[in-house]
Amino acid sequence: MALIKDGQPGPNDWQHLDDSETLPALGPVTVSLKRWQSQRDGLNRDGQPLGIRLEASDSPEALGDMPQEIPLIVLDMQAFTDGRSFSQAQWIRERLGYAGELRVRGDFLLDQVFYLARVGVNAFEFSDASQAQQALPRLHEFSVRYQAANDVKQPLYRYRNTAPIA
Amino acid sequence: MYHYDQYDQTVVDERVAQFRDQTRRFLTGELSEDQYRPLRLMNGLYIQRHAPMLRVAIPYGLLSTRQLRMLAHIARRYDKGYGHFTTRQNIQFNWPRLEEVPDILADLATVQMHAIQTSGNCIRNVTSDHLAGVTADELEDPRIYCEIIRQWSTFHPEFSFLPRKFKIAVNGAAKDRAATQVHDIGLQLVKNASGETGFEVLVGGGLGRTPVIGVVIRPFLAKSDLLSYLEAILRVYNRFGRRDNKYKARIKILVKELGTAEFTRLVEAEWALVRTQLILDDSEIERVTRAFTTATYESLPATCSTLDAALAEQPGLRHWWSHNTAPHKIPGYRVVFVSLKLPGQAPGDMTDSQMDALAELTDRYSQGELRVTHTQNLVLADVKLTDLQALWQQLSGLGLATANIGTAADIICCPGLDFCSLANATSIPIANGIQQLFEDTDYLYDLGDIRINISGCMNGCGHHTVGHIGILGVDKKGEEWYQITLGGSSATEAALGERLGPAVSRDQVVSVIDSIFTVYRNIRTDEEPFLATVQRVGLTPFQERVYGTH
Ligand code: SF4
Repeated sequence: MALIKDGQPGPNDWQHLDDSETLPALGPVTVSLKRWQSQRDGLNRDGQPLGIRLEASDSPEALGDMPQEIPLIVLDMQAFTDGRSFSQAQWIRERLGYAGELRVRGDFLLDQVFYLARVGVNAFEFSDASQAQQALPRLHEFSVRYQAANDVKQPLYRYRNTAPIA
Repeated sequence: MYHYDQYDQTVVDERVAQFRDQTRRFLTGELSEDQYRPLRLMNGLYIQRHAPMLRVAIPYGLLSTRQLRMLAHIARRYDKGYGHFTTRQNIQFNWPRLEEVPDILADLATVQMHAIQTSGNCIRNVTSDHLAGVTADELEDPRIYCEIIRQWSTFHPEFSFLPRKFKIAVNGAAKDRAATQVHDIGLQLVKNASGETGFEVLVGGGLGRTPVIGVVIRPFLAKSDLLSYLEAILRVYNRFGRRDNKYKARIKILVKELGTAEFTRLVEAEWALVRTQLILDDSEIERVTRAFTTATYESLPATCSTLDAALAEQPGLRHWWSHNTAPHKIPGYRVVFVSLKLPGQAPGDMTDSQMDALAELTDRYSQGELRVTHTQNLVLADVKLTDLQALWQQLSGLGLATANIGTAADIICCPGLDFCSLANATSIPIANGIQQLFEDTDYLYDLGDIRINISGCMNGCGHHTVGHIGILGVDKKGEEWYQITLGGSSATEAALGERLGPAVSRDQVVSVIDSIFTVYRNIRTDEEPFLATVQRVGLTPFQERVYGTH
């Protein structure tokens, strides 16, 4: 597995646990939203890092108001055509103001990296390093962005003709 | 035309580069068929019965002669010498080679055209009134807002992988020529009580398998709120629209299942949160307005005696004038429809040489711009009365002046079984068969305005459900049969057609349509148009004639 984080290849320290797997005593792990909701306090391991995975069908409302203490939220895509993950990212960044790592894994395409980055995903998990390599330039596939989003806070018409194409 | 600036141009140029790379990866096996499919669809590329089909956007139907010449070039160089204008202000090429599609897109980009989001589960080409800007009953030119929406929706980071396709139409005139009631979102420019111009917002209309007339969810939306409100609707749809069944995935089903009140409540709640964050500035509306070319008009007399004399003498010109031209808001000018419904040809088709020749005429007589209509014809919007006769003669020479606009021979027709891999039945030969009934044009003109729409399958690309007469191809044990509906309309009082009865076989369909005409002629009151007769008498007299009384 290969990771890109904040525009750089990077190591992945996280282990993604199935709902049936027991929590290791040490080390960063992620659990599904379902497990997080049902076991909450039982997941506490003396401050060992715990992240949450959302499938496209999960309601981001379930994260509550302030997931700031959560070090990692993962959008776990089951099908690249399921655009709900994009609205989840929007919710997490814009509505909740989440500033931690927002990662995507699972079934997404290189050609979606640009869109995902724009809605606030800052980490991408790939099955192999060559995929990750190919994804890097695609983070900036288009140099013009008409809409305001997580990356550019104003629509193009607010800065048209004042900014170079970048 | 809206003229691209460096930003708009960069977007289409970079899109070409991206698609070239995607196609290369597909051809070398790096992308699977399943992975390539949504990518090519978002570039309007289908794999069809014989070859790929490429759908190119003609945003809100506006086309410059430079662009039309490029379409001619593409038809000639990459296709079999023709293109097909669709009901949604796009043009389709039926025979490109997959490997050459990136080159076609590169050629298109040189004239500020593209195929971005002409297919796929995303926000499609925004459509509008083909008489925008020249019609007297208009509040404001809707195309300014279409362009603003085009830019907002292009590669939208959040709304490019929707449950299903998403179509938006904007209309600015009192008469709805943009079919706003059968779009996922319909925007109608209106004035509120204090005299401000804004939009009435309709949601959940659509044709296809489950035709629905849209509902108004906001009677008045200020212009400054346009984009934030669209964002709210799209977010509600993206989050809650069904993804388990593609036939239930359009927003109309979500609106139905939630109920209009609950759907509206969700949109309004979302809007309250985003409204102040996405204001459409007046300065942007002005910038886009300025980026459009404006027609320049001479001050001319409202009539032309030479034309009047010619009209009195020449019945051919007279028929063309009364069917293929329409009033212009400026005295001394007339709107001209270019008929793409020459009997015996596929409705909406045009050859490369016709395109080139029409570009010539448009430069000479109509300020270098054309429009594409929903009925698969073209419009030259700014023709001087003094030029009409000359234009008519030259269009006639090109086979583009068949005086049949709005008549029963002006048939909307999808490509059907001849081209489309989804089709149940042929549609073009049916259209041609009906046109053959009108060798006697007196008969055609006597029937008056009749909209006949034909689709080769339930997807309804030929908008059969809103035809005064709708014809839908269905499959019956491998044979082509046709379901007929009467009474549909996509105009201001939109209505869905009602089924006449059991489907009829391919060899019966034309004579059934002829019987429908006969019944109409027998029972209409003076001057009563076909649709009004159907509304007055219902289906029974037609059913009795077609199926017998027992
Ligand atoms: S209506 Fe059906 S047959 Fe006709 S073009 Fe659309 S999908 Fe093809």
